[in-house]
Amino acid sequence: MNAPFEYLLRLGDDRIILGHRLSEWCGHAPILEEDIALANIALDLIGQASLLLGLAGKIEGQGRDGDALAYLRDAVEFRNALLLELPKGDFAVTIVRQLFFSVFALLQAEALERSSDQELAGIAAKAVKEFRYHVRHSADWVLKLGGGTTESQNRAQRAVDDLWRYTGELFLADDVDRAAAASGFGVDPSTLENAWSETVRDVLARAGLTIPDVSYMQRGGRTGRHTEHLGHLLGEMQILARSHPGASW
Amino acid sequence: MTTMANDSTTRDADAVTTPSDTQWPLWEVFVQPPGGAPHEHAGSVHAVDAESALQNARDVYARRGEGVSIWVVRSIAITASTPDDMGPFFDPGNDKPYRHPQFYKVPRGIRM
Repeated sequence: MNAPFEYLLRLGDDRIILGHRLSEWCGHAPILEEDIALANIALDLIGQASLLLGLAGKIEGQGRDGDALAYLRDAVEFRNALLLELPKGDFAVTIVRQLFFSVFALLQAEALERSSDQELAGIAAKAVKEFRYHVRHSADWVLKLGGGTTESQNRAQRAVDDLWRYTGELFLADDVDRAAAASGFGVDPSTLENAWSETVRDVLARAGLTIPDVSYMQRGGRTGRHTEHLGHLLGEMQILARSHPGASW
Repeated sequence: MTTMANDSTTRDADAVTTPSDTQWPLWEVFVQPPGGAPHEHAGSVHAVDAESALQNARDVYARRGEGVSIWVVRSIAITASTPDDMGPFFDPGNDKPYRHPQFYKVPRGIRM
């Protein structure tokens, strides 16, 4: 097992899959300003994914670059958390997911700034600034939806109810995470859960939203067991690169 | 119950009385470019409050490194001159070149 490579795939895949989901809003967001905001966030995530997958390919040493990893792997080879591949849903689903992921990703990036790998530490340092903004933007929207009309409250609550069971997977640590953390390369995600929970619960409480009683957390993405949704997403994301191998634009 | 229902009906009715009422308030955006130059008007955004206006302004006008500081102000807070003011406001200045400090010799050593 090449722990740093597997670890980087998880980081990169989280970002490229969510980035793609967000890009689906382009031209469809509720207002023009938010359309641009979501596209900006999507571009931040795709930019990070490009760096992380590029580094993963270099560490793997099999001649695959970031594009090959992004566009030429099948669903079972992807390592993103299930939360990030779920359909974009309505605006509330998108925003609640964005809050859940951004708070997690910010904590993760802050820890990765101290990575023993200079390149990963550098990518993390850039990402911290981006995630601070993503947290601010999504938290602000969650407060507005929760404190808005009955309709927006209902939708935000439904989004929290539907997505909560996918949050546990973010903090599951297996041998890959533990090996990456032990060598100083990565961070054990289970160490981020308390801080995440504190921030997210605080935002939800201020928004008047409640956390559902969930007895089972969904899992599987980190080992390639995905929902049916990922295949459809990849079909769209990869069609150009697979139809025109080696094309550049 | 009846009162609550009436209240929400009234509010919803108010919210869609005219097309312009469905728009969020307008804010003017001023961005300060790097290098200490003053804030310049960049454009406007719609937003429900100041924090959203600031974020929208950042996303629309400052995502390519254009600025180091942003101001947003509600458009209705700005009092502007009108086209009718053109004559009285600006014409009297046209024939009074002595209002420009261009008759002084610039001392040596001063860079213009």
